[in-house]
Amino acid sequence: MNNFTVAIALLVLAALAYQMGLVRGRGVASLAGPRATHSRPGYHGALAILRAALPAFAIYVLWVIFGNQIVHTLVLGTIPIEFLPQDAMQQKVLLQRLANIATGFGVLGEAQPYEMAAADAMRHYQGLGQVLVAALMATVAALGLFWSWRTTTAETRARNKVERAINIALIFCSAVAILTTVGIVMSMLGESLRFFQMISPSDFFFGTVWNPRFATTGAEGQSGFGMLPLMGGTLLISFIAMLVAIPVGLMTAIYMAEYASNRVRSLVKPVVEVLAGIPTIVYGFFALVTVGPLLSALGAGIGLDIRATSALTAGVVMGIMIIPFISSLSDDIITQVPKTMRDGSLALGGTKSETIVKVVLPAALPGIVGAILLALSRAIGETMIVVLAAGNSPVLTANPFEAVSTVTVSIVNQLTGDQDFASAQSLVAFALGLTLFVMTLILNVIALVIVRKYREQYE
Amino acid sequence: MSMTQTLNIPMSTSGSTVKTHINKQPAAQAQGEVKLSASDVRVFYGQSEALHGVSLDIVKNEVVAFIGPSGCGKSTFLRSFNRMNDTVAGARVTGKITVDGRDIYDPSVDVVLLRAQVGMVFQKPNPFPKSIYDNVAYGAKLHGLASSKSEMDEIVESSLRRAGLWEEVKDRLEAPGTGLSGGQQQRLCIARAVAVSPDVILMDEPCSALDPIATGIIEELITELKKNYTIVIVTHNMQQAARVSDRTAFFHLGDLIEIGETAQIFTNPTQKRTEDYITGRYG
Amino acid sequence: MNKPNNQGYAAIEAKVKASLQRRQRQETRFRLVGVGAVLIALALVASLFGTILSKGLPSFWQATFEIDVHFDPEIVQIGPKPVQASGESPAQFKERDMAWQMDLGFVDFSQLLVNAIAKHIPAAADSPRDAIALITSGEAFALRDRIVADPSIVGKTVKLKLLADANVDVWLKGNIDRSLPDDRQQLSAQTREWADKLYADGVIKNSFSTAIFLNTDSRSSLAAAGLAGAFMGSLMMMIIVILLAVPIGVASAIYLEEFAPKNRITDLIEVNINNLAAVPSIVFGLLGAAVFILWFKLPMSAPVVGGLVLTLMTLPTVIIATRSTLKAIPPSIREAALGIGASKVQATMHHVLPLALPGILTATILGVAQALGETAPLLLIGMSAFVSAVPATPFDQSTALPVQIFLWQGNELRNFFEGRTSAAIIVLLALMLSLNSMAIWLRKRYETRW
Repeated sequence: MNNFTVAIALLVLAALAYQMGLVRGRGVASLAGPRATHSRPGYHGALAILRAALPAFAIYVLWVIFGNQIVHTLVLGTIPIEFLPQDAMQQKVLLQRLANIATGFGVLGEAQPYEMAAADAMRHYQGLGQVLVAALMATVAALGLFWSWRTTTAETRARNKVERAINIALIFCSAVAILTTVGIVMSMLGESLRFFQMISPSDFFFGTVWNPRFATTGAEGQSGFGMLPLMGGTLLISFIAMLVAIPVGLMTAIYMAEYASNRVRSLVKPVVEVLAGIPTIVYGFFALVTVGPLLSALGAGIGLDIRATSALTAGVVMGIMIIPFISSLSDDIITQVPKTMRDGSLALGGTKSETIVKVVLPAALPGIVGAILLALSRAIGETMIVVLAAGNSPVLTANPFEAVSTVTVSIVNQLTGDQDFASAQSLVAFALGLTLFVMTLILNVIALVIVRKYREQYE
Repeated sequence: MSMTQTLNIPMSTSGSTVKTHINKQPAAQAQGEVKLSASDVRVFYGQSEALHGVSLDIVKNEVVAFIGPSGCGKSTFLRSFNRMNDTVAGARVTGKITVDGRDIYDPSVDVVLLRAQVGMVFQKPNPFPKSIYDNVAYGAKLHGLASSKSEMDEIVESSLRRAGLWEEVKDRLEAPGTGLSGGQQQRLCIARAVAVSPDVILMDEPCSALDPIATGIIEELITELKKNYTIVIVTHNMQQAARVSDRTAFFHLGDLIEIGETAQIFTNPTQKRTEDYITGRYG
Repeated sequence: MNKPNNQGYAAIEAKVKASLQRRQRQETRFRLVGVGAVLIALALVASLFGTILSKGLPSFWQATFEIDVHFDPEIVQIGPKPVQASGESPAQFKERDMAWQMDLGFVDFSQLLVNAIAKHIPAAADSPRDAIALITSGEAFALRDRIVADPSIVGKTVKLKLLADANVDVWLKGNIDRSLPDDRQQLSAQTREWADKLYADGVIKNSFSTAIFLNTDSRSSLAAAGLAGAFMGSLMMMIIVILLAVPIGVASAIYLEEFAPKNRITDLIEVNINNLAAVPSIVFGLLGAAVFILWFKLPMSAPVVGGLVLTLMTLPTVIIATRSTLKAIPPSIREAALGIGASKVQATMHHVLPLALPGILTATILGVAQALGETAPLLLIGMSAFVSAVPATPFDQSTALPVQIFLWQGNELRNFFEGRTSAAIIVLLALMLSLNSMAIWLRKRYETRW
C-alpha cells in the first residue's frame, strides 16, 4: 500500500462518487423537471466526492503521519527489556535494522533471534495496520456514497453545500497569513522570554558591549549582550542609505513623472526597476569587490582613512538598492496628484519646477513620507549587504568610515555555526529578531496608514 | 455655512448685460480695442484634428461665451489662449493667436509671461492643498509682485474682495483652501487668478461642478469682473451664456459655426445648427 | 482702484520680467538635477552589471588539460567488478561491492596523471608533487568513477579533458600578480613554469567548462566546484513555493476580495498582509528556525524547510498582486453573471477568475523570482552548510543558489572565487531576469484595459 496506489485508489473513488452523484442528480432532475430541481447534477457529484473521498483521504493522511510511530512503539514493546537500547538514537538504528530484516533486504552480520522476532512483529503490525486502514477507508467511503445516494432529492441544496465547503477552504487559506503573523510573534516572544530568563532585559536593551561568544566564560560576562552597538550600526547604515536613496530616488521619480517623454519613460523605468529585482546578496558582493575598494581609494585620495568594509560602504550600497523602491513608489504617488492641481499653478504662470516644488510635492508629501518610511523599514531589516560589507565589528561609533555591525548581522552570526539552540548565545537572536520585528512593524503600519489615507484622498 | 448670508442675492442680474443692438452677419466684428485674436487655429491631438481652423476676435472688457455640445472643441480652443494645451502630451496648435497683437505661439514668447497676462479658472475648483492666504498669494509670490508682507496682505485682501470671498474668509485665512465649500473654492480660484493682475481671464465651465446658488454667485461675480478684465467663458449651460455674456460663439464638431451678440444668437441665429442646438434638438 | 493688482497686466509686466531670467535658470537647473539623478541610477545599473559580467564571464572558461591518460594496469591492480549472484541478499552484494570499491580507492590515481604529464614534461616524473598540483584534485576521483562505470577501460589510453587546478587557472589568467615572491605564490616555481610551458604547448587550453553547471560544490577540488547541488535545492524550493504559495495565496485573495464581508476583521487581515509583505526576510528565517526546526523537528538545511519559509515570505506578495488584479476587473462582469442567476461562487469561478488568470500568473512569477534570490532566511535554517551532493529528496541537506554565492564569496582563494562567484551570480540573474521578462511578456500579451 504505497502512496501511489493510494492516490490512484482515491482518484478512482472520487471519480466513482462524482459519477454516482451525477447519475443520481440527473435521475431526480428528470423526474422533477429542471425548474423544480435545486442543484445541477454536477453539484451532486461534487457533494458525493466531499462525503466519500474526503474522509477517506483524511484517514490516510492520519495514518501516514502517525502510523509509523504507532507501529514502532508496538514493535519496541515486543523486544525483551534487556535488548532494548535506552537512548532514542540507538532505538532508531535498531528500527532501521529491523526494517531491513522485515523487507528481506538483509543486514550485515547475523540477525539475533530477538531481532528476527521483532522483525516478524514489525511485519505483522505493519500488515495489520494497512489492512485496518484500508478497511476503515473503504467503510467510510461506502458510507459516504450510501448517504449521498439516499439523501439526493430534487430539493437537496447540493450547490449550497459545495459552495459552503469552498468558502470554508478559502477562509482556511486566508488564515495562513494571520497564522504566519501569529507564528512570528509567538516564536519570537517564546524564545525571547527564554533568553530574558538568562539575561536581564535592561542588560540587553541598554548594554553597550556586544560580545556574546565570551559572555558565559567571564564572571562579568552578562554585559556581553548589550544591543546598543548593533542598534547604532543599524541606524547609522540606514541613515547613510537614506542619504543616498532619497535624493536620487526622489529626483528620478520627479523627472520620470513630470519631465520624461513617454519614450524615455518606457526605456528608463524598466532599467531602474531591474535594480529592484536584484537579490541583495548580489549587492553585497558588489559592495565587497567594487564599492568598498573604490570608497577606500577615494578616501585615501583625500586623506581619509576609510575601511573597505565599513558603515559607509554598506550604507551606500544599501542606498543603491533602495533607489528603485523609493523612485517607483514616489512616481506612483506623484502621478496620482491630479492634473488640475498642476494646471492651476501653470495657468498662473508658474514654471514647471515651481509647480513641482510648490504644489505637486507638498500635495504628494504624505505619500512620499510613507514611501520613505517603508524604505527605511526595508533598510533596517536588510541583511546580506551588511553581512558582507559592514565589517562585522560591534562597536558603538558614529564614524561612518569604521566597520560596524547591525542587528541583522548578529542574528545571522548567532544562529549559524554549531550553536546549541538552548543557549543564550542562540536565543539572543530571537530577542534581536523581536526588536527588529517591532521596529519595522511600527514603521510599516505608520507608512501604510499614511499611504492609504493619501490614496483615498485622490481616489 | 457662510453661504447663508448671500442666499438672498437675486438671480436676475443677467438681464442688465444683454446688449440689445442687433448686428447682421458677420455680426461678430468686434467693437473696440481687440484684445485676443485667433486666425485659422487648428488643434491636433496626435493624428486627429480636434479644432478645424477657427478665427475670431475678442475685444477688451467684454465677456464672450463659448457654447456647444460636449466634444465640440470649445474647451480645447479656450486652452489655446494661454497655451495650456502645451501641458497635454501630443497636443499641437497651428494657426495664429495674438494677445494685444503679439503672436503667443512665437518661439520667443515665454509662457510664464503669457499666463501671467491670461489667467484661467478651471472646471473643477482646484485650490492647492495650502491655506487660503497661500492659495491667493501663490501667483503673486511666483512673479515677485509684492516686496513686503504688507503689500502681499493687500494683494490677498483685494483679490479676495474682488472674488467676493473676503467677508466669508477674512477670519480664517490660515485655514486650508480645500476645506471651503465648492462654490467658495471656485471663488478662491478666481481670487487666485485675479491676484496676478491678468488682463484676460479664461473660464472653463467654472460652474459645472457647483450647485445653483453657488452658480448664481459666480455669475454675478463675472459681470462684476468684466469692468476690469476681458473674460472668455466656456459653458454647457445656455441660460448661463445668455445671462453673463456680451457675445456668444457656438461650436460644433470642431468648427466655429456662428458668433454674434448673445441676444441675437439666442433669438435669431443665422445657422440652422445653432438653432437646432439652442432649441434643444441635440446637445 | 489704486490697489496693486487693479491696474492690469501692464503695471506688473516689468516686475514679472525682472525675475524671469532667474526663474528660467532655476527651471533649467532643476531639470538638470533630474536628468542627473536618472543618469546616476542608470550608471549604477551599468556599473553593477559591468562588474559582475567582467568578472564572471571569463570564469566560464577554465584552464583545461587535454591530455592522453593511460590506465596502466600496473598501477590499477584490481579484480573484476562484482556481480550480484543468484540467491545473494542485497545486503551481501552491497558488502562485496563496497569492498571492491574500497580496493579501488587504494589505487594511486594521481600516478596516472603524473605519468600523463610526464609524457609532455619528462621532469615531472621526478617531482610528482609539483606535477600533481597542476590538475585539480577531483580529477583523480573522476578517473576512479570512470573505472567503476566501465572496468574494461583499464589498459587503454584515453584522451581526457581534465580541469587544471584553481591556482593554475588564476596564474594563467593573470589574476595574481606574477611578480610576487615565491613565498607569496600559491604554486611552486616549478609548477608555475610547467603551467606556462603546457599552456604554450597547447596541452592546457582555456576552454569552456561545464563544471560550474554540472558539478556540486567542492572544498578539495576548487576548480571543479559547481552549482548543481544548489540549483537542485533552489529548484525544489521553488516547486514547493509554487505548489503552496500560489493556491493558498490566490484562494485567500479571492476570499478577501470577493467573499469576505467588509468589516474590522477583514480590515485587520488586510493591514496584516500588507505588513507581512514588508517584514524583513530575516524574520521569516527566525520563524522557520523556531517553528519548523525547533518545534516540528524538521531537518536542518533541508529544501523542504527552505521552501516552507519562502512560501510564507512569498504569500503576501502573491495575495496583494492577485487582489489588485481582481480589483481591476469591473463589477459589471460580476453583476452580469449574478443578474442571470449565477451564485457568487459561480460568478467568481466562471467569470472573474479566468479574466484574472494572466495577472495571477504574473504575480506568481514575480513572487517566485523574489523567493529565488532570497538568502538571509535560508542561512538561519542551516542551508549555509557545505553540501557536496545533489539532494535527492526535499528532506536531504542542500544549499540554494544565492546561499552558494554567499559561501563562495567567502572562500579564501579570493583570486579564483571572485570570478566563480560572479559566474554564479550571472547564472542566478539570468534565471531571475528570464522569469521577470516572462512576467512582463505575459502582462503585455494579455493586458486588458477596462
